[in-house]
Amino acid sequence: MTNRVAIVGIGTTGFRPVTPDVSFRELIFEAARKAYTDAGLEPSEIDGFITAAEDFVEGYSIADEYCPDQIGAVLKPTQTIPGDFIQALATGYMMIMTGAFKTVAIEAHSKASNIKNVDELTGFAFDPVYNRPLRESPHAIAGLEMMRYMFETCTSADQCASVVVKNKFNAMHNPYAAFGSDIETIDVLNSEPVSLPIHRLDIAQHADGAVVAVLAAEDVALSLTDIPIWIEGLGWCTDTPTLEMRDWGEAVYAAYSAEMAYRMAGITNPAADIDFAEICDEYSYKELQHMEALKLCMPGEAGHFVETGVTDISGELPINVSGGALGVGHLFEASGAHKILELVEQLRGEAGMRQIPDVEVGLAQTWRGVPTATGAVAILSNF
Amino acid sequence: MKLEDYELRGTALRSSDIKKGKVLSTSWEPDLKYAWDNGVAIGRYLAELKAGQIIGRACHKCRRIMIPPRMFCELCFRPTDEWIPLEDTGTVNTFSIVHVNWDASRRKKGEPPLIPAVIEIDGASKGMGIMHMLSEVDPKDVKIGMKVKAVWKSEEEREGAITDILYFKPARAKAGKRRKQ
Repeated sequence: MTNRVAIVGIGTTGFRPVTPDVSFRELIFEAARKAYTDAGLEPSEIDGFITAAEDFVEGYSIADEYCPDQIGAVLKPTQTIPGDFIQALATGYMMIMTGAFKTVAIEAHSKASNIKNVDELTGFAFDPVYNRPLRESPHAIAGLEMMRYMFETCTSADQCASVVVKNKFNAMHNPYAAFGSDIETIDVLNSEPVSLPIHRLDIAQHADGAVVAVLAAEDVALSLTDIPIWIEGLGWCTDTPTLEMRDWGEAVYAAYSAEMAYRMAGITNPAADIDFAEICDEYSYKELQHMEALKLCMPGEAGHFVETGVTDISGELPINVSGGALGVGHLFEASGAHKILELVEQLRGEAGMRQIPDVEVGLAQTWRGVPTATGAVAILSNF
Repeated sequence: MKLEDYELRGTALRSSDIKKGKVLSTSWEPDLKYAWDNGVAIGRYLAELKAGQIIGRACHKCRRIMIPPRMFCELCFRPTDEWIPLEDTGTVNTFSIVHVNWDASRRKKGEPPLIPAVIEIDGASKGMGIMHMLSEVDPKDVKIGMKVKAVWKSEEEREGAITDILYFKPARAKAGKRRKQ
């Protein structure tokens, strides 16, 4: 018996700009109930539970105390990871690899609409001594980075705008997505300047929603489903938080996370071995910068790829077929969850209108947003 | 060697040094604003409180009648089935006599102590109820198992909040008074 871990169940509410009709508990219950039914397990049969959540985003202290009910984890081993869903996925993977847990459920959600001043919350993440007294908008950090990235790689603003066009168009074919639309690059470039070279439409808008996934050890996975989706590689890391010292052109955190995941998965030529990817595009340029960091193309090549349709759904290397954060919505800790959801549906052949034919290996990558330099990568396969 | 035998070098800091800005620090007042969606269960719960009614929710599988109400049973992990109107009376499960305020400052002289209590509501399953305050009672007379009744804000003042109930007061004491009259 090889020692593998698979995703055997997944459930979601889909994603909407606002969800005033349900509480966060009711939202999460829907995703959890669907995931457990999909897995063919009751929560009483699941050994451990993880939620990815942060107190400031939730709006109360010790948010982990409020997790058990809606995921069926009352009086069961449960914990909260204050990071992205993919970081929680890595923890669940390790729990199963210890042999102490056969099944682990992982939850992440966004109730972004309940935060009335999101930019203040994001700005609160700035270093309070060096940076926060300058009272810069969080989008300024992305503006600084986009400027340096474009300078180093000779990427154009038009190429970055092409990412927005592609992803919002893809989102129109994704019933879970909140922000699908059919626009042109000129619409992006003509939208209000925010923190140049960033315009309003270069920025992903927040959405609400929840995702729950069920992981199982190989023997359990094979008894539960004909199509286990295997976790082949995982990696994550954080660069220095010091804005004055970090690399502004390259997404080094993404490159190192990917190296770790590729090593684990035995992938030596990512561009050839990865069939499709869901990668962080919380700002348009991030998709291009991340593609290069993940070695899905050469440095400076990503803009050309998107412009010429290589990363379209029908292209050689489809990127963000779901619509990405630009099309689906920025989901805080659940950002990685929607990417894993897309990978699972694609690898199972259940992606409907947006199904990519004959895919076997998918990559999901997340970034923790401004002003962080934290990233995580997961590689999944269906064989 | 004892601590007091060590020669402590340097100059001791006083709070006045910090106030005078001799020791630098950076302060910030966060301005975070949230508006949590109450959802189906708590939305209805609060709407019923505004109407002067306490309501619970039943799970037909485990047969519990739950308050605060919820749209799913966290134990059976299925949707709950039915709204159940409950009494505004109950039994004290536990209580405390509190001599400090919310911010941990002491209650002023002459201010009565606060009496938070967990009240098992009549009509709900055993062990389920409302966390609220007791009043119109001498702290010395509060007992576990004591019967209490809600004292509501007037209809015009109620806004759909847990504070639409002002507090709970002893249910028997009132009956006793009536007998004396």
